[in-house]
Order: sequence, then C-alpha cells, then structure tokens
Amino acid sequence: MALSREQLAQRVAQELKDGFYVNLGIGIPTLVANYIPEGIDVMLQSENGLLGMGEFPTEQTIDADLINAGKQTVTAVDGASFFSSAESFAMIRGGHVDLTVLGAFEVDEQGSIASWMIPGKLIKGMGGAMDLVAGADNIIVTMMHADKKGNSKLLPKCELPLTGFGCIKRVLTDLAFMEIKDGAFHLLERAPGVSVEEIVAKTAGKLIVPEHVPEMIF
Amino acid sequence: MAGLNKVVGSYEQALEGLSNDMTIMVGGFGLCGIPEGLISQMVTSGVTGLTAISNNAGVDDFGLGLLLKSRQIDTMIASYVGENATFEQQMLSGQLKVILTPQGTLAEKIRAGGAGIPAFFTATGYGTPIAEGKETREIDGRHYVLEPSLTADFALVRAWKADTMGNLVFRKTAANFNPMMATAGKITVVEAEHIVEPGELDPDHIHTPGIYVNRVIQGKFEKRIEQRTVKAAPVIL
Repeated sequence: MALSREQLAQRVAQELKDGFYVNLGIGIPTLVANYIPEGIDVMLQSENGLLGMGEFPTEQTIDADLINAGKQTVTAVDGASFFSSAESFAMIRGGHVDLTVLGAFEVDEQGSIASWMIPGKLIKGMGGAMDLVAGADNIIVTMMHADKKGNSKLLPKCELPLTGFGCIKRVLTDLAFMEIKDGAFHLLERAPGVSVEEIVAKTAGKLIVPEHVPEMIF
Repeated sequence: MAGLNKVVGSYEQALEGLSNDMTIMVGGFGLCGIPEGLISQMVTSGVTGLTAISNNAGVDDFGLGLLLKSRQIDTMIASYVGENATFEQQMLSGQLKVILTPQGTLAEKIRAGGAGIPAFFTATGYGTPIAEGKETREIDGRHYVLEPSLTADFALVRAWKADTMGNLVFRKTAANFNPMMATAGKITVVEAEHIVEPGELDPDHIHTPGIYVNRVIQGKFEKRIEQRTVKAAPVIL
C-alpha cells in the first residue's frame, strides 16, 4: 500500500533527533509536528520570524500578531524567540537549521527540485522555498512518486522551472525512501506491501536498487 | 513635530511628500504586522504609478489589496501573492508588473539597502529562473547569484510601541519585514499601536533605534486574521 499523508509525516518524524531545530513546509511537512517522538526535544522554526512554534491556540488565546508561515494562528512554546525576516533567513541561509522538510512537484537524479511554478498555470511565488533549499544541508522532500496517470515525478532532469539546483539528498514518496548521490536515486526503503518492481517502474530517473530493500516500519 | 519629537498628528502629515511613481516599502507578512492606517491613507491620497515592495499583496479587501483594487500600484516586488484575486487578474492582464523574489533574498535586499550595501552574493535561486540575466560567481566551489539591494522613497512600518523619538519595539511575528524596512526608507513612517515618552522603553529592549525613523503616528488597527486556526477546546467533564 502506498503511504497515506499521515504515514509520510510519521516516517519523516523518525528522522528527528533530540535537540534538532526544524523547518516544516506547508502541507504534508506540517503534519510531521504531530508525530514528534516521545522524549525528544525539537524546536520548530517558522520563517516569518518564530523559533519555537507551538500548537494552534484556543479561542481565548488566539493572537493576530502570532502566526506561522502558512499565515495560520499559532502559539509559541516556552523558550521560543521572535525575530525579523532577515534574521530568520540568516538562520536558514547560514545553515543553522538542522532539518528542513518540504514538498515538491519534481525531483531529479542530480538533486534538483521543482516546486513553485507550473508554466501556463497561475504563478503565486516561491515564498521562502528557494532560500530553504539553498541554505539547508539536511533536507527531506516529501512528494508523490508518480502522478495519477502513473508518470514518474522522479526524473533524469526536472522539466518544470527549478526551485533549487543540485541541493536535495533525500526524498520520501508514498512508495519509497531514497537517497540522491552520484547522479542517481538510491532506494533505501519501500512502503509496506509495495514491490521493488513497482518502484522501479515508476522511477524515470536512474535508480540504484540494493539486493535487500527493507520495508518501512511504523 | 520638532527636534527629535517625530510624532505627527494626522495621516496626511504622516505621508506628506508622497507622490506619483514613487517606490514604497510596506511591512507585514500576510495581514500580520501591516500599517493599516497608512495603507488607507495611500488609497485616500490617490497617488498612482507606485512600485510597492512587500512580502505579500494583501487580500482583495484589506492590506495592499486595497491599493491594487484602486490601480495605484504599477509594479509589485513580493515573494508570494497567492491570496488575492484582484492581483491575479491584474497580473494576467498585464496591468501589473510583478517581480517575484525569494523571501530570504527580499529580506536581505532590504536589510542591505538600509545598511548601505549595494549588492550581495547568495546561493538562493542559482540555476533557477530568478537568476536569469544576473551575474553569478563561484566561490569556494559553490555557485552564487549577485542580488542588488533595495531602498524606497517611503518605508511604511507598523510597530507595537514607539517612543516619541522613534525608538521601536515590535510584537511577536508582527515584526517580520518591519525592522529592515524601517532602515531602508528615505522617509520612514511608523504607525504604532502605542506611543510612549522617551525613557519608558528599556534601551536594552529596543529593536529599531530612532535614528532610522522620520515620523511616528498613533495607529488604529483592525488586526484582521487571515487563517483563523484554533484547536478544539478541552472538554470539561
């Protein structure tokens, strides 16, 4: 079975380590916050100027001056800090964020990512995505392995305009967890019940398959 | 307004000198931390041909969306403009020129502009459409794009507290682009929620020193929320 949105978030959450500062993108990455393992401390960075993002507020504690990068009202945890957008992107561009999780339309075997613009469709802007992919060393991209017609989104070369060039090293799709290195996707894990053959068939870019590909454990 | 007292008594005075075809910076992230009264005054003033620098473009009936609806903005420099149907329509019809800029690069362009740095190299956007036509350079094996800095004729800033000398304190995530913009305007106008006397703000806790600020006005704010998200209230048994 292909992973659900929740399972994608759960699998990413297994990569969190005690003491990490983490930036979560909009969509599936946001769900990762619901699965932070017990007993570890993680600080969530929101690029609009908050380190230490907490859960949604109640009707009593809601504050128009306290939002996340998705413009949702949030709270701040004990130990949080607020700062300007320039300071926020100094953290991101300067490589101080330990893990960044974001979505994509396409990723290629060179580690390039396309996530912000589909020619012919309305362009809304890249927001902070280009800064995040250029600044972070440790990025996990969460995405669908193929479109509804079965066309692969893991390509030899991205066809859509890029968000970043050669900057992605790990990709989690609904079918597989992969590393990108030396110009190829390397299959690390497969979703429970998904065959290696299906993953091979739905990967257009160069894919290295080891002899044994373990199933993800939840 | 006298000496170092920068408080003005009306929105007309706050934007005195604003004229057609000027470049303006407007603080805020979405509708959070925007100078609401100063935006309204720009609409009232009827100036046109503006180049607006702001992270977003407001929504249809609030924030910079008001200035778009009245067609006072010719060029918009922003990182994300997804929440505004007026904006989309004007962009698609070619009435509005849009320069999309990565959010961190936009923040740094403004910071650099205020700090007297004409341009800087950043890895952000290398190999993407936004680097087209720009100078690039390889430094220690990595590729960078040269990004020019930004300044403006007017910077419109929202602060939580200002003293009469223009020292500023921002509140929570309403700071966002406001602190940098305060440094990058030829004329920086601050709309404050609270105005206090010099000495009432702890000098250790001032985010923006008054040297950057030209005018301060007492604001009136609706503080509209764009995405109202709450968790379920705890059930009391």
